[in-house]
Amino acid sequence: MTEFFQSLGMSYEWAWGVATVAGILLIALPLMLSVAMIIYADRKIWAAIALRRGPNVVGPFGLLQSFADGLKVFLQETIIPSGANRGLFLIAPIITFTVALLAWAVIPFNSGAVLADINVGLLYILAISSLGVYGVILSGWASNSKYPFFSAMRASAQMISYEVSIGFILVGVVLFADSFNMNEIVKAQQGHGLGVVNAFGFNLLLFPLAVMFLISSLAETARAPFDLTEAESELVAGYQTEYSSMAFALFWLGEYANVLLMCTLNAVLFWGGWLPPLDIPILYAVPGVIWLFIKILIFFFIFSWVKATVPRYRYDQLMRLGWKIFLPISLFWIFLISGYLMLTRYGA
Amino acid sequence: MSLSYYIKSFTLWEFVKAHALTLKYFFKPKATINYPFEKNPLSPRFRGEHALRRYPNGEERCIACKLCEAVCPAQAITIEAEPRDDGSRRTTRYDIDMTKCIYCGFCQEACPVDAVVEGPNFEFATETREELLYDKAKLLANGDKWERAIAANLAADAPYR
Repeated sequence: MTEFFQSLGMSYEWAWGVATVAGILLIALPLMLSVAMIIYADRKIWAAIALRRGPNVVGPFGLLQSFADGLKVFLQETIIPSGANRGLFLIAPIITFTVALLAWAVIPFNSGAVLADINVGLLYILAISSLGVYGVILSGWASNSKYPFFSAMRASAQMISYEVSIGFILVGVVLFADSFNMNEIVKAQQGHGLGVVNAFGFNLLLFPLAVMFLISSLAETARAPFDLTEAESELVAGYQTEYSSMAFALFWLGEYANVLLMCTLNAVLFWGGWLPPLDIPILYAVPGVIWLFIKILIFFFIFSWVKATVPRYRYDQLMRLGWKIFLPISLFWIFLISGYLMLTRYGA
Repeated sequence: MSLSYYIKSFTLWEFVKAHALTLKYFFKPKATINYPFEKNPLSPRFRGEHALRRYPNGEERCIACKLCEAVCPAQAITIEAEPRDDGSRRTTRYDIDMTKCIYCGFCQEACPVDAVVEGPNFEFATETREELLYDKAKLLANGDKWERAIAANLAADAPYR
């Protein structure tokens, strides 16, 4: 895109700046729109499984429900509890929201269509998702209220625990792809399964990792079976309890942007990203973005489906799953994958 | 712990089964109706919002016998009566406190002239409590508004009374 703005007669520096801003807007605005639609989709899927109808009044089929909710929230008063730490209280939702947007910089939407094509994209994502914990901890602490505080403690422990196993799972992917660059990881999946399937997930060695990554990403985004941070039966609304108006909306948007990000990571890392599902030339006629969107939507459906199906884990069960099952298995799997690659790719 | 237990837990068998079940429900027809646009049928005996009826010539039916007031288990009805100028006995005050009413229908059954009835209307939520303290004018207005539905319901239920 820089070349395009240079051809309009700008100097390289200006062209680069304008191209970057345009790229950010090109990602962030559709992302916000899709977050609104995905909240609606979430409610609809959840309702359908519960044999209900879900939102169906605002706009055709209730499609504008999220915008109505957004407008309502926008018109409310931002209430700051008198005991709260004002600065941190207000900055926490901003951190959550910003961090949720930051990680999208390295997501490849098509061959080479990345905002920041850095060679350690995967590490960048790990770093950014670790930063996301700060928003939750700060909001829980700054609220100066017991339920948000409990929730923040839980959230920090939960996210850190599952990041450990996510890290090891990603090592498996990196070993196979031979790169930390997201675009290279997608390209490495071309024809990976039996020479026709464009996905790491069809590799028997990587399929368990794909399942573990899906479950860990549920925990990482504090979704359904692992939503102990906002366990409404115990903690009212968790760290969001004291929030209202736009601050609350920022948490909400950030949460769903994170969910979308995790769906995208699932698609990119294990199921071929912008590649078509099968390595057949005619399928490449469809733009890669469409394939990526289809995969993201499938994963989002799985996220909602899980939310509507399974009950919440108990906190010790959550920790047991993270530390005593996922961590040993993923460690063992790295050993297995490294051994396999040493034997096959690098000739012992 | 048998081998099958470990196989089941590592293949997430229970989760797969549960998700298959919920996916089946995902495609099932909805159990709920599309409420404000679509309503369930009501029995002719449905006990909803109260109304005071009139005779076809416009004369109010209530003769202030106070049987409804006496039978009301929630003591929601208050009646005061005086002879009217033409000598007939009528109510000067007929109040129903809808916040006290338990919708048992005793008033309707006690009434010898089918004056007080519980109509088919159940959508009379209000913004304030005071609006639910119904007076005679409000009840008569309800009667005028719902007369056709009430008369049809009474006629449909008459053979079983």
